[in-house]
Amino acid sequence: MSNIRFEQIEGKSLGFYVLVAGLGILVLAALGSMYYMEHHGHFVTGMSNRIVWGMPHVFALFLIVAASGALNVASISSVFGKKIYKPLSRLSGLVALSLLAGGLMVLVLDLGRPDRLIVAMTEYNFKSIFAWNIILYNGFFVIVAIYLWMMFERRMNKFSQKLGMVAFVWRLVLTTGTGSIFGLLVARHTYDAMIMAPKFVVMSFSFGLAFYLLILMASYKWTDRKLGDIIVNRLANLLGVFVAAVLYFAIVFHLGNIYLAENNNVEMILFSMDSIYTNLFWYGQIILGSIVPLILIYHPATKGNRSILGLASMLVIIGGFIQMYVLIIGGQAYPLEMFPGKEILEGYGGIVSYTPSLPEIILGVGGIALALIAVTFLIKFLPFLPESLADEVSNPHHKS
Amino acid sequence: MNKTLNRRDFIKTTSAATIGVATVASGITLTTFASANKVPVTNEKRWGMLIDTNKLTEADIDGMVSACQQEQGWGSEVHSTGAQRPDWIKKLKVKDKATGKISNLALMCQHCEEPPCVDVCPTNASMKREDGIVLVDKHLCIGCRYCMMACPYDARSFVHETLSNQKEHMPRGKGTVEACTMCVHKVDKGEAPACVVSVNSDAVIFGDLYDASSQISQTLKTVQSTQIRADLNLNTGVRYSGI
Repeated sequence: MSNIRFEQIEGKSLGFYVLVAGLGILVLAALGSMYYMEHHGHFVTGMSNRIVWGMPHVFALFLIVAASGALNVASISSVFGKKIYKPLSRLSGLVALSLLAGGLMVLVLDLGRPDRLIVAMTEYNFKSIFAWNIILYNGFFVIVAIYLWMMFERRMNKFSQKLGMVAFVWRLVLTTGTGSIFGLLVARHTYDAMIMAPKFVVMSFSFGLAFYLLILMASYKWTDRKLGDIIVNRLANLLGVFVAAVLYFAIVFHLGNIYLAENNNVEMILFSMDSIYTNLFWYGQIILGSIVPLILIYHPATKGNRSILGLASMLVIIGGFIQMYVLIIGGQAYPLEMFPGKEILEGYGGIVSYTPSLPEIILGVGGIALALIAVTFLIKFLPFLPESLADEVSNPHHKS
Repeated sequence: MNKTLNRRDFIKTTSAATIGVATVASGITLTTFASANKVPVTNEKRWGMLIDTNKLTEADIDGMVSACQQEQGWGSEVHSTGAQRPDWIKKLKVKDKATGKISNLALMCQHCEEPPCVDVCPTNASMKREDGIVLVDKHLCIGCRYCMMACPYDARSFVHETLSNQKEHMPRGKGTVEACTMCVHKVDKGEAPACVVSVNSDAVIFGDLYDASSQISQTLKTVQSTQIRADLNLNTGVRYSGI
């Protein structure tokens, strides 16, 4: 393990500049969209008083959930003592911070009054899960930043494992908090269930690792560094386990709702009738985002193939995004059950439709771009990546 | 007539103008509290409303909606469409699935004793006054809309566009959340909310739920009444009978 050497990437190729410029344009476009939406007001979006959280929230929460999951690779090394993951820890911390920054950018810029962010930082209602989340996000930045510093600074190396433990606990609390934003909404049958908290934690494992794998494979491929099969296959196996766990939680959550008569309507309308959410759920979340990646990861014919693993990770990300969409938008589209045993004939009700506007989508994409640009820049200026992760480097006992 | 303005006159006129502006401006505050009332709000009162759907006609409800719009100045938004328009008070037609009985009712902020909107608000912008009226402090609202997710009655609206011609007592702002204020500016002056006044019968009764001798308390003692989503234990200030 002592022969691991971290090194910045060169970052002088045309490809590097094209990548940075492309991502930069996406971030600028997002800022432009934000200005457009704030200047005119939210009437230019597809959001309404029924779908109060739209596409930006889907992007933001997806990124925030993925962020906490991306830290797992570091946690496996520091908390569970798996030495082989240690060289991967720095990148893990970086991806986690970058995804969180991207998610928070989208979340904040979609506020009705983003100019009042200072109010959110100074006025706290400690009964609000949202207020707790603000503290948890800020704390995550601080803890992971110190954790990274301890990994970089040789004199501090000995403390990094302890801080890794703190970061691991903090990230579990953070994702629990994010899930509780929905889990504690007692008024809405589509959410109101504390299974949301562990469900979000498991989702974070899967989405975060998918992002991590893609970034790891891309940065090694594009910089011609060696990335051995031992590490990649381990991460691939882990991703498979996480994807299966997310699928398990989805099944338990929905079957449970079908069993409870009071939530029957919600399930029937969202998942067994011909609505956009039905299609997104079955084709997007379940087939594309869970079953296909599982086959790609574990089937003997495709197992071990890097490109296929890249595709599987991409599908996990797309499927995860769709899952977030169904959860956030689908959950709001279904009307509140205000009068049990009664039917509302006029004035309220029905599944409300939502068409995201272009600025909303651009703002969300800008969040992903911000995360990627942060990773791209920082691996150029600081030694985040081992110069080789070839099998004989990452595992000295490996016999080829 | 061609009087030159000397230094003394200049100071005199400008200070008069400044004092004038300051006086007027101090009267225009962005909070929804009525400035006329000097008595602090206490928890000795709890304002409530009882809506009798058997007596309330559809025309009554239409009248309540337009009275609210006129009083508070919402409803003339030009850009917002459909579900984007503010909706402080709704007219609902509800049918009992088992019996087929149809009731018409007005639905607005229920002014809960345990309001979920206040619980979830990260910045304390959603708040409940001592007398039970639930309000949004437009200075503190960051427009996160979590309260709208949490409200069991879909009673809150988000302002989707820039507004003009606002009522002085009801400042509203693009990017913030708003809802029925139970006409707090009138209640503080000893008057009843606009929607209550608009109904000519006793189909809607407004009053102090803590005052045993008030009409609303007396009526609640004698008639069968209910709270919408009573299962949530929110102890609403707005009650219904006949549904």
